[in-house]
Amino acid sequence: MSRARTAPPSRLRSPLGRARGLGSAKEGVEHWIAQRITAVALVPLALWFVAAMIGVVGADYDTMQDWVGRPLPAIVLVLLLIATFYHAALGLQVVIEDYVHGELARIGCVVVVRLVCVALAIAGIVAVLSLALGVAD
Amino acid sequence: MADNKTSQPAALTPALRPLSPHLQIYRWQLTSVMSILHRASGIALSAGGVLLVWWLVAAASGPEAYNAVQNFLGSWLGVLLLLGWSAALFYHLCNGIRHLVWDTGHALDLRSTYVGGWAVVGASTVLTAIAWVAGIWHWVG
Repeated sequence: MSRARTAPPSRLRSPLGRARGLGSAKEGVEHWIAQRITAVALVPLALWFVAAMIGVVGADYDTMQDWVGRPLPAIVLVLLLIATFYHAALGLQVVIEDYVHGELARIGCVVVVRLVCVALAIAGIVAVLSLALGVAD
Repeated sequence: MADNKTSQPAALTPALRPLSPHLQIYRWQLTSVMSILHRASGIALSAGGVLLVWWLVAAASGPEAYNAVQNFLGSWLGVLLLLGWSAALFYHLCNGIRHLVWDTGHALDLRSTYVGGWAVVGASTVLTAIAWVAGIWHWVG
């Protein structure tokens, strides 16, 4: 099983094709790599997030506002929101592509998921920034 | 069953290969259950992301909206959602690390997938428990 990666390279692929490393679909590897990069980023971000949430359990409004207003929580929350919704969009896309069979429905679902993820990420970032910059009352 | 087939020509002998999963009699394995749970927890966490954004937007909207969310999260349904969400997060996190190890081409043999699988089950359970003990400690104290 772990032998698979040492299998001899296929002679049917041209040197240029091997160098590009994209395969016949010409795309897909970016999706795979982006999913891994966001996954690696989310390991420390998620651990920080849980620790931070334990710290603000049951916090009243002023405590919450003060907490988000500090630079580190604001910055890490923005990074967390970007990585989370990027990773979620990629992961949900794979699930949709596996289970939604009609082409139009599949593309429609992927588009909707992407738009919702972008909207949620931006909403979260704007909320964090307005709290951090004191725009919110 | 195999004895009856020995007298038949080889070409007519049905190969004794495993059949595709027949859900009523399917014997579940740790590996497949964990694979399904990885997807399920990922979908659950996406829904949890909506909760996070709702919380942040409410906080930015003012004390009234923020207190409404806090009251919901403090209700039994809110606590249940947070419990499920935190368990899904720790599971997806630990199993995600297992996936990243696999992506490097390591630990792909059958024994390693079970050792790693049980390690993930144990680690995510312990981490969820620690988070809730710490959270309740902080809440009460």
